[in-house]
Amino acid sequence: MKRFKWVIPTLYIIFMLLPIYWLLSMSFKTTNEILGTFTLFPKEFTLANYVTIFTDPTWYWGYFNSLTYVGINTVLSVSAALPAAYAFSRYRFLGDKHLFFWLLTNRMAPPAVFALPFFQFYSAMGLFDTHIAVALAHCLFNIPLAVWILEGFMSGVPKELDETAYIDGYSFPRFFVKIFIPSIASGVGVAAFFCFMFSWVELLLAKTLTSVAAKPIAATMTRTASSSGYELGLLAAAGALTIIPGAIVIWFVRNYIAKGFALGRV
Amino acid sequence: MAEIRLDSIRHSYEDRPSSDADYALKHVDLTWNDGGAYALLGPSGCGKSTLLNIISGLLIPTEGDVLFDGRSVFHMAPGERNIAQVFQFPVVYDTMTVYRNLAFPLRNRGMDRGEIDRRVRETARMLGLEDSLDRRAAGLTADNKQKISLARGLVRSDVNVIMFDEPLTVIDPHLKWQLRAQLKKLHQRYSFTMIYVTHDQTEALTFADRIVVMHEGEVVQIGTSEDLFERPQHTFVGHFIGSPGMNLFPCEARDDGAWIDGRRIPLDSPPPVRPKGAVELGVRPEFIRFDNDGVAVEVRNVADIGRYRIVDALLGEHPFKIYCPEDMEIPSADPRVVFDPRHASIYVDGWRAEGDL
Amino acid sequence: MIQKTVNQKAWWLVTPVLVLVAFNAIIPLMTVVNYSVQETFGDNVFFWEGMRWYERVLHSSRFHEALMRQLMFTGQILVIEVPLGIIVALAMPRRGVWVSVCLVLMALPLLIPWNVVGAMWNIFALPDIGLLGRIINGLGFDYNFTRQPGAAWATVVLMDVWHWTSLVVLLAYAGLRSIPDAFYQAARIDGASAWQVFRYIQLPKMKHVLTIAILLRFMDSFMIYTEPFVLTGGGPGNTTTFLSIDLVKMALGQFDLGPAAAMSLIYFLIVLLISWIFYTLMMRHERQQ
Repeated sequence: MKRFKWVIPTLYIIFMLLPIYWLLSMSFKTTNEILGTFTLFPKEFTLANYVTIFTDPTWYWGYFNSLTYVGINTVLSVSAALPAAYAFSRYRFLGDKHLFFWLLTNRMAPPAVFALPFFQFYSAMGLFDTHIAVALAHCLFNIPLAVWILEGFMSGVPKELDETAYIDGYSFPRFFVKIFIPSIASGVGVAAFFCFMFSWVELLLAKTLTSVAAKPIAATMTRTASSSGYELGLLAAAGALTIIPGAIVIWFVRNYIAKGFALGRV
Repeated sequence: MAEIRLDSIRHSYEDRPSSDADYALKHVDLTWNDGGAYALLGPSGCGKSTLLNIISGLLIPTEGDVLFDGRSVFHMAPGERNIAQVFQFPVVYDTMTVYRNLAFPLRNRGMDRGEIDRRVRETARMLGLEDSLDRRAAGLTADNKQKISLARGLVRSDVNVIMFDEPLTVIDPHLKWQLRAQLKKLHQRYSFTMIYVTHDQTEALTFADRIVVMHEGEVVQIGTSEDLFERPQHTFVGHFIGSPGMNLFPCEARDDGAWIDGRRIPLDSPPPVRPKGAVELGVRPEFIRFDNDGVAVEVRNVADIGRYRIVDALLGEHPFKIYCPEDMEIPSADPRVVFDPRHASIYVDGWRAEGDL
Repeated sequence: MIQKTVNQKAWWLVTPVLVLVAFNAIIPLMTVVNYSVQETFGDNVFFWEGMRWYERVLHSSRFHEALMRQLMFTGQILVIEVPLGIIVALAMPRRGVWVSVCLVLMALPLLIPWNVVGAMWNIFALPDIGLLGRIINGLGFDYNFTRQPGAAWATVVLMDVWHWTSLVVLLAYAGLRSIPDAFYQAARIDGASAWQVFRYIQLPKMKHVLTIAILLRFMDSFMIYTEPFVLTGGGPGNTTTFLSIDLVKMALGQFDLGPAAAMSLIYFLIVLLISWIFYTLMMRHERQQ
């Protein structure tokens, strides 16, 4: 029985990869082949779909837009979360437990609830259709998560480190940047990873707050599916390309994943 | 209880070991007598835990055989070998009560209820756990949890050997005493074969009748604490046992004794005729005394430890230490020392050499 | 545990977070509350309605149906994803080369944009063009998720299982990795069976991570929007219209602001309540340790 244990993860991984394979295979087919015959592997292998995406501004701007607001959000969320997590980890202050819990409740808020209010709010501020709008909106969910993760890591660093630095004459900002943050480098990595992940995959708010200038790739894809009928090959190629940033990020943190994220709490 | 024999054991963790360096255990031939209390002493990485796991069956040795009372147990699973093992940190089933923890191995062997109850209560009483039997194991202190680990091993009265893998590591220092004493008492009463793995020589010396010293995958000496102290068979034993450890001098072995830097040191037994390998003279600081008829040395430093002093001295170019009890005088001018010839030995490539090679 | 000192000046450190989150949370929520108790006919003219919208929503069959669908959906995926995740985590090797490879491949679905997940499964499950669709129809079943309610529901569930089970696997695996070898060794010496090892060693040690996994999956599945929306649009009919989809339809589609706002708050409160229960259980468990 033990000898066949490997069958389970193998079957599972095949299950995981099958739809992705299908997507890839479609992206290399012509629309004719897709609608006409059913083949497991492209009979007429073509790069036309990808060429379209790389040459048509409407398409490739979608990727740039998405990566832009995800990047802004990750930097913003982690930067804001760092001092806050430090405060939660080192100090007790009036309302600290309630504040922490309130932060977590935002992670539990259905984005759908915020769709309309955000739309009106950001429009009113003249931020509609900007990258910064989406980046800010995603802060609602990402900052609580980043604070939670970072606080866990920071609790693992003994207070003696802080005290030694003060005795050595470091001012707080210098201590924080030069000594403390490097000591929780892996925590910053994990937090950044999760912020990137949630912002990259989220669609509802990204679509609601943008229309043309900051349109994320997700919106471009939906437009294709509905307006010009079924350009499935193109859609598949676009989708396949969105997997790449995710795959790259996972590859970089693979050691963390293998060690179980060492979340400190987990 | 059983006599345990390890026959020509060699073990490597590599799939395809190519040289001796790949072997965690290079060669072990050992017999553990029934009912003995042994310590398995050595530094980290010397192979002690590997050896333990081979005896318990958690590891299958690359070469060699393990025999209990003359019968090979090579193919027997750990559960079938009737051994008990206590680990470095308490291993208890958190969700169960203390009672169920102790009953667990018995239940798995299909023992009858009444018998289980009797055994569990008896073992609990042995270790002072009878009041906690109904409490959940998770809530107890570390030393009590270790007692549970131990009790779970003892509860099977047909146990062949109990092995301890540095069991007091997580125990508070002031409780270590208690547990050590309890273990010693248990052994005196029940005479199990006990093997106690440690890297702490004090623990080894207090617990065991005989000590097995290991170094780099080999057993370098088995003996009582006196044997190890008075006649170390390997320079490692000399260095590891005793504080400070044995002094070593590179020397030349000639017919009339050992020659260190042109000075002759008389020996008790004739040195090996033509030794092959690095030759050293080993003598413990306790067996050197100041004597006007000895070889000239230079005194560099005297450390006063209270009831004795440790003298850092130089013989030629070789530093060494002398253990001076309170009443021994340290000459201020022209210090000379004599090595007790009964306790000065020649070591070739680390191993003690006697007589002709 | 770190001894925390009392220091009210710590509030300064929290200010950036407070600003960013409150900015996003409080003002919009206030708007929502505002709408939920008023009626508007446009031109920024509002009339006070009191609790009318809440009553309407709470009594509307549309809301009840969406809620029922949501509960059934969340229930089903929890029942499938958690055990499946645990089983896969248990079957994973504990060390070796393959561990990283396996985990990376398993994690891939988690990082795909949610609309791509929906689009991918759309292509995958189409009756004559998609691989899955062809296979199922080839096996003799009559399968068309665009038209059949049962097929649509099953496909949405299958898609979610595909999408999120790996999260449970990763978390469960992390929990399993933290169990020292000595426990397994002691179990072998005690003669324990594989089931006993699972029940008395592995499961108890995984309790903490499993609670996190269940909490996360409950919350996220309760709020699900994009994937089913892209896959089925909420249909056929209402079959796969879950709470979020229904809400967005009301708010952004029909601009029925009052009822949408009331529903938003009710929705939020439900999630909050159940999550709070989980959170408290989790904290109590942590404190016990």
